[in-house]
Amino acid sequence: MKEPNTEHASTGCSASPAELSRRKFLARLSLAVGGIGALIVTVPVVGFILAPFFERRKEVWRSVGKVESFKIGETTAVKYEDASPLPWAGVTARSAAWLRRVNADTFIAFSINCTHLGCPVRWLAEANLFMCPCHGGVYYEDGTVAAGPPPLPLPRYPVRVKDGDVQIQTAPIPITK
Amino acid sequence: MLKKIYHRILDWVDDRTGLPKMIGKTARHLVPPDAKWWYVFGSATLCAFMIQVITGVALAFAYIPSASEAYSTLHFISDQAPFGHFLRGLHYYGASAMVLMVGLHMTQVFLAGSYKFPRELNWATGVLLLGFTLVMGFTGQLLRGDQNAVWTVVVAAEQAGRTPFIGQWLAHFILGGDTVGGATLTRFFAIHVFIMPGFIFAFVGLHLWLVLRHGISEPPKAGKPVDPKTYRAEYKELIEKKGKPFWPDSAWRDVVFCVVMIVGIAALAFIYGAPQLGKPPDPSITTASPRPDWYLMWYFAVLALMPHGTEQYFLIFGPLIVGIILIALPFVFNRGERSPWRRPWAVAIVLMTMVMIATLWVAGVKSPWSPNFNAPPLSTSIVGATNGPVFVGAQLFHAKGCLNCHLIASDGGRRGPDLTAVADRLLKDQMVLKIANGGVNMPAYAANLTPAEMDALVAFLQSRKIPRP
Repeated sequence: MKEPNTEHASTGCSASPAELSRRKFLARLSLAVGGIGALIVTVPVVGFILAPFFERRKEVWRSVGKVESFKIGETTAVKYEDASPLPWAGVTARSAAWLRRVNADTFIAFSINCTHLGCPVRWLAEANLFMCPCHGGVYYEDGTVAAGPPPLPLPRYPVRVKDGDVQIQTAPIPITK
Repeated sequence: MLKKIYHRILDWVDDRTGLPKMIGKTARHLVPPDAKWWYVFGSATLCAFMIQVITGVALAFAYIPSASEAYSTLHFISDQAPFGHFLRGLHYYGASAMVLMVGLHMTQVFLAGSYKFPRELNWATGVLLLGFTLVMGFTGQLLRGDQNAVWTVVVAAEQAGRTPFIGQWLAHFILGGDTVGGATLTRFFAIHVFIMPGFIFAFVGLHLWLVLRHGISEPPKAGKPVDPKTYRAEYKELIEKKGKPFWPDSAWRDVVFCVVMIVGIAALAFIYGAPQLGKPPDPSITTASPRPDWYLMWYFAVLALMPHGTEQYFLIFGPLIVGIILIALPFVFNRGERSPWRRPWAVAIVLMTMVMIATLWVAGVKSPWSPNFNAPPLSTSIVGATNGPVFVGAQLFHAKGCLNCHLIASDGGRRGPDLTAVADRLLKDQMVLKIANGGVNMPAYAANLTPAEMDALVAFLQSRKIPRP
């Protein structure tokens, strides 16, 4: 029941209309100036935290081995480094793909990430299947869905042969929409 | 003499700060006389949180939040630092206790209808604190920086990726870029160590302020519904007539329960220690079987069991709807009976939720949907042949990955049906049809087997029957 009087009580005097409008002005001034101060600090902070949204990474080609080191018809896991590893990334900067040499000069590189929830699929050489350890997603040798929850075929990465090296283009982790 | 000095010092501090009297008054605020053991879970949650703060700060003395160093500092803490293994255990079981106590506290408040008028915001801030606690559990698991942590981040990013419109952005935000890498761990470190604890401190403060403002709710009585018009006056009368000071009449139970909990946490940490670290956080090691910590094991089961094509609804709208329902609950049902004896639906909801989570949890621990990659070839005694089509078929059953998902005499995986006695229920032609065409959860093997291989495989399966006398 005290609330209407608190303003007067706190200043200890009754306010004339001029004082009231001055007080209103000062309150608004404080809020506006304070807002500007807050913005000066928060804009760079938010920008810094959201930075991954804005940067477009340039993908690069990474050599994963000599052409001769892959047998025709075999599918093997190859490892390579991310497009732009940070100096302190350590082993987390590594990526992998399932690389198959189809014939003398054709290679296919499959993503290791299951399209269901991203777990690493394994190639079962004798069964000619990719199988996911998390929820039992299975893909045929061409990457199409054979069984289980995956909604999409295994993504493929660009591969090329350059100067006798097999090269895979780095790519973001495929995120199923 | 000493007592006199003590009182003089206390008087001086009180005069200059005003704190001793204020704290004393707050601690002795009147609470309902029947607030007994059911009321300890809230303070137990706070107690578990304090353990987390203390042990977490201690762990931060050695932990390096860097993608390349975190894993080795975890090994240092676990294997070399004095008390390190025990301390990690305290932090792990403390987290478990906090999740458990939040759950118990919430269940008790829900069953007693304590969320009703005027305590709607007590409940709503509590729901937010539950969310923060789960985020803490999840990010804490990631800070171990092992292989499981890497794949947990990827799975989380994939889930977020299913959100309409902003999914790709969210996934990008979680990974801290296009892939797991140097930027991923530090972001989760900042969230786990600064942002979430900040939120928890602020909201615990608000939550406690609201508890003091509205008073601890009296135990519900059947036939005494909450009427917002009269409730406050009734509560005031009850407290003034029969109220007891919180300290020490009621607080001693909180203290005893909290200490029992600490002893339990310490015993678990001492006997079992913190969870073993997995392989190094190398995303190129494809031999991985990511699993969440126990308190999210039931959700792991949800992820596995949701019907195909409904992922978006379960992953995004499911949690969203649960959150909205929980927040909205006290605003929609803010009056009426509080006693569980008069609220059969409330009791049913609690029971159903418990049965659901327990069932999913058991399923998650067993995870029958995960193929078994480690099944050894079937033994001769199980196969029952050392040459001929049955023997060849058994070899194929292993080589072609059938055993990854099917059981033969308790060897193999549990993804598909148990085939120990399949010949008792399927004819030869039915088997051929099934193997060639596959099913929703089974690949079609038509292009993957030669006719001779198919014959051998079916011959093996035809030999799988329970011997009859």
